[in-house]
Amino acid sequence: MNLKPQIIRYGERAILLQWDFKITSENLHFILSFKKYLDDFYIKRNIYINNTYNSLLVFYRSSIDCIYDDLSYLKTLDFSTIKPLRNSGNSYHIPVCYDLEFGLDLEFLATQKSLEVNEIINLHTAADYTLYFMGFLPGFLYLGGMPETLAYPRKIHPRKSILKGAVGIAENQTGIYPTSSPAGWQIIGNSPVNLFDKNKTKPSPFEAGDRIKFYEITSKEHQLITNDIAQGTFQLKPETDV
Amino acid sequence: MSNIHIIQPGFFSTIQDLGRNQFTHFGVPVSGAMDSFSATQANLLLNNDRNDAVLEITMTGPILQFESETQICICGAEFEMLLDDKAIVNGKAYVVSRNSKLVFKSIKKGFRAYLAVQNGFKIPVVLGSRSQYQGITEQTRLQKGDVLNIETVSTTSGNAGARIKIENEQLWETEIPVFKGPEFVKLSLEQQNLILNTKFSLMPEGNRMAIPLREPFSNELQGIITGPVLPGTVQLTPSGSLIVLMRDCQVTGGYPRILQILEKGLCKIAQKKPGEFITFKMVEYDPH
Repeated sequence: MNLKPQIIRYGERAILLQWDFKITSENLHFILSFKKYLDDFYIKRNIYINNTYNSLLVFYRSSIDCIYDDLSYLKTLDFSTIKPLRNSGNSYHIPVCYDLEFGLDLEFLATQKSLEVNEIINLHTAADYTLYFMGFLPGFLYLGGMPETLAYPRKIHPRKSILKGAVGIAENQTGIYPTSSPAGWQIIGNSPVNLFDKNKTKPSPFEAGDRIKFYEITSKEHQLITNDIAQGTFQLKPETDV
Repeated sequence: MSNIHIIQPGFFSTIQDLGRNQFTHFGVPVSGAMDSFSATQANLLLNNDRNDAVLEITMTGPILQFESETQICICGAEFEMLLDDKAIVNGKAYVVSRNSKLVFKSIKKGFRAYLAVQNGFKIPVVLGSRSQYQGITEQTRLQKGDVLNIETVSTTSGNAGARIKIENEQLWETEIPVFKGPEFVKLSLEQQNLILNTKFSLMPEGNRMAIPLREPFSNELQGIITGPVLPGTVQLTPSGSLIVLMRDCQVTGGYPRILQILEKGLCKIAQKKPGEFITFKMVEYDPH
């Protein structure tokens, strides 16, 4: 495995580092460790660093910053000396209702996969997911780690709109729609949890590298949690004892 | 505080500053003025901060009534404009008196104009910016009957009469400076030449998120693993056409990123009407 990424000037104000990596949580861990290294390197500089599956984007607030020097520096860097961080990220358990009123494509998927609906739910709740990054919509989680048996392509004709909280599958990713939105993913359930609060300075409780598990709730529990969230009495907390 | 009343909103008018960069890792688009150059110009002529919120006016302009004195300046697209029935021009600071009415009439050149008021429009800041975006700010565009807050200011404290001669090259220049995008090198040499020697035209479906280009451009590339994109990224779609990502674009994408338009080029595209032609011109950066 080559630890040295392609280092590309991306427009006037960004540098893109792109690894020829498979999508695994170990590789994400390496990328996040390197992000941490860069965060320290860039300390006190006006810079944002975002990750995706296999990339880091270093974005400069101003185009007059020392992007040329940084580019040459990065190109000479020995990436094998980057020390992996220990144990980054929190663990969360997220409730999902898989009733057919929410799981619009559950029966379709079950037929396509020659599985029972229950088996799909069991597979989806048994897996340990890794949050790779947020994108597409504010607070949309790109989760990897879904069992291959559940992988399925996006819908050929995307839905015009799905409910906030819809849980979907696209290829070997799973994710939750933080708001009502047009949707191309196969929808298997719905989570009452708020994934994005624009009024908070940290608008999403999650960070790249977090570990996530889903647990099944009934339609009634879904309603109760929705009410609790409206009352402000539901708190999604990291599971320190997991 | 004082108010500006929106008598007519125009075709598509939004409040914009220079956007919110620091929340992209939460999936929040950058947003901000499509022609950042003109927006900044209007602010600087009023002695404003360059990031103060301005009104971005698209294609047809609004009718506004001012409750109290302030100063205004308009830059970017050139409209026929009347302030209390007197014609006014771009690039000049004007004192607006109590109950003044500003009427935008027909557009003459360009596509987006920027109206700055002294100290900026004071809509609430959300996630570090006032730029309106669906799901982030309460409102996503101006509506008839809206009231916009501005500061009550002494008009003698500003820049009244300040004027600059504006080159405004982004209104008429059609050559768009670009860098190579991350996937440019994956194109065949023939296609690399073709993309720099084709006149592309803007499709009417274009909006603040993205502007598709009409001329087909055959695609032999695979999609990429979802990766970062930026305003100004030119993507190649599976159906063989190009899309220019604009200020409200998503923060990640899965189509090959062929070109990256420079800030100045993005401002030029923001001033082009649907149907107008552009060409891409590769610029080399100084790799000293």
